[in-house]
Amino acid sequence: MPRSIVSCRDLSKRFANGTLALEGATLEVQEHRFLALLGPSGCGKSTLLRLIAGLVEPTSGTITWDDGAGEGGHAGLSFVFQEPTLMPWATALANVVLPLKLAHVARSEGEARAAAALASVGLAGFEKSYPRELSGGMKMRVSIARALVTRPRMLLMDEPFAALDEITRFRLNHDLLDLWQRDRFTAVFVTHSVFESVFLAERIAVMSARPGRILREVAVAAPYPREKAFRTSAVYNQYCRTVSAALEEAMAHA
Amino acid sequence: MRKVLPPLILGVLMLAAWEGAVRAFGIAPYLLPGPLAIARTLVENWRTLAGSWWITMSIALAALAAAVVLGVALAVLFSASKWVERSFFPYAVILQVTPIVAIAPLIIVWVNDVRLSLLICAWIVAFFPILSNTTLGLNSADPNLVDLFKLYGAGRWQRLVHLRLPAAMPYFLAGLKISGGLSLIGAVVAEFVAGTGGAQSGLAWRILEAGYQLQVPRMFAALTLISLSGILLFLALSLLSHLCLRRWHESELGEDP
Repeated sequence: MPRSIVSCRDLSKRFANGTLALEGATLEVQEHRFLALLGPSGCGKSTLLRLIAGLVEPTSGTITWDDGAGEGGHAGLSFVFQEPTLMPWATALANVVLPLKLAHVARSEGEARAAAALASVGLAGFEKSYPRELSGGMKMRVSIARALVTRPRMLLMDEPFAALDEITRFRLNHDLLDLWQRDRFTAVFVTHSVFESVFLAERIAVMSARPGRILREVAVAAPYPREKAFRTSAVYNQYCRTVSAALEEAMAHA
Repeated sequence: MRKVLPPLILGVLMLAAWEGAVRAFGIAPYLLPGPLAIARTLVENWRTLAGSWWITMSIALAALAAAVVLGVALAVLFSASKWVERSFFPYAVILQVTPIVAIAPLIIVWVNDVRLSLLICAWIVAFFPILSNTTLGLNSADPNLVDLFKLYGAGRWQRLVHLRLPAAMPYFLAGLKISGGLSLIGAVVAEFVAGTGGAQSGLAWRILEAGYQLQVPRMFAALTLISLSGILLFLALSLLSHLCLRRWHESELGEDP
């Protein structure tokens, strides 16, 4: 049994406008594993991710880290937003250097690490490009490089590929798995796509909406590396059917 | 070239029509001088006019510089504390909406030094667009980027330098373009109100002086210099804005050169 890096107990979140985004969510995130949070829009999956990141405070419930850190502002965390969220006034390299600069890492070391991170997402040679000069997929790659440059223990991703076309999304799915296998960070990936969650994750937490809660978990026992052929395999189809059924059930609950 | 040529042609045509009309109808130069007469006056009086031009320009530029420093500093203060913003902003608005012609005499009375009083008047006019635009810009950083900075434990100073100030840049530059013209207008208006003569007087005084003496071509010559200075200021600030934003801001997108 792999150990948990973070445990969420009975988390609820009610926003100031009265919306109950999340109610009684309990979730174990296991170290080095790839977890997907799947659910219809409005099920609180992004809220759950932001709670883990410490960007919002829970109304009730607890978040416990394995190293005893409390809620909020946990070191070793990185976050990839739905949009690339790059600083438009800075080059790709300067964007990737940012987390290191904020942590007061020496400039030369920071730039070397940022250049390596850019190369690892296939963007060597684009260091001096501005976000405006990059395609949507490339911007997302810069965003991933920025998240990985700090060598995080845990990478939180909030529907990072939702706005991309299918070809780009498939390629990024594949490259993300490569990076994950190389660095073995703990991955939590929010998505509303059954196909994406099955392709990426070892474990899928299916959520239902209004109020958001975790309905059930599905384990995807297919081995890594998952190559292109996995997408068309019978195993993949079988899992997609299972997860779709779970999602149907979740929607019926709403 | 395509951007410069049409207004240039129009300008030349208008001046030609003006000159033609003045000659054809035999209009007296003390009513309306032709452009050629104005140009000749400008050359003949170059020494006095150039001296006055520099005096007016130096006041306008100093006022603009003061507006930039104080406007940005106050905007940073506003963005740091909602309470400071709520307390001070109404007074900034009052300063802005009170006609400068109405308060200029008071300032001239209170401040002994004429140059300083002119500077203050021009500053009052130029300061508001920079303050209000920069305040807006500082508060319009991408909320996800704000979260990202929070996630990486950025301090107040780091947020300001690496996020809020760059995000405010386009807004600040737009304000600066407006303030550039306003600082010149402020300087000229204040000079009119002060109405001081002597060697140390600016272009506004030259206009007044020429008016008293009914030397209308000289009025026009001084006026031309003021307009040209305004255009020059605008072009210089547009260039600055272009240089700062061309690599990244949407306003600089558009047709390729």
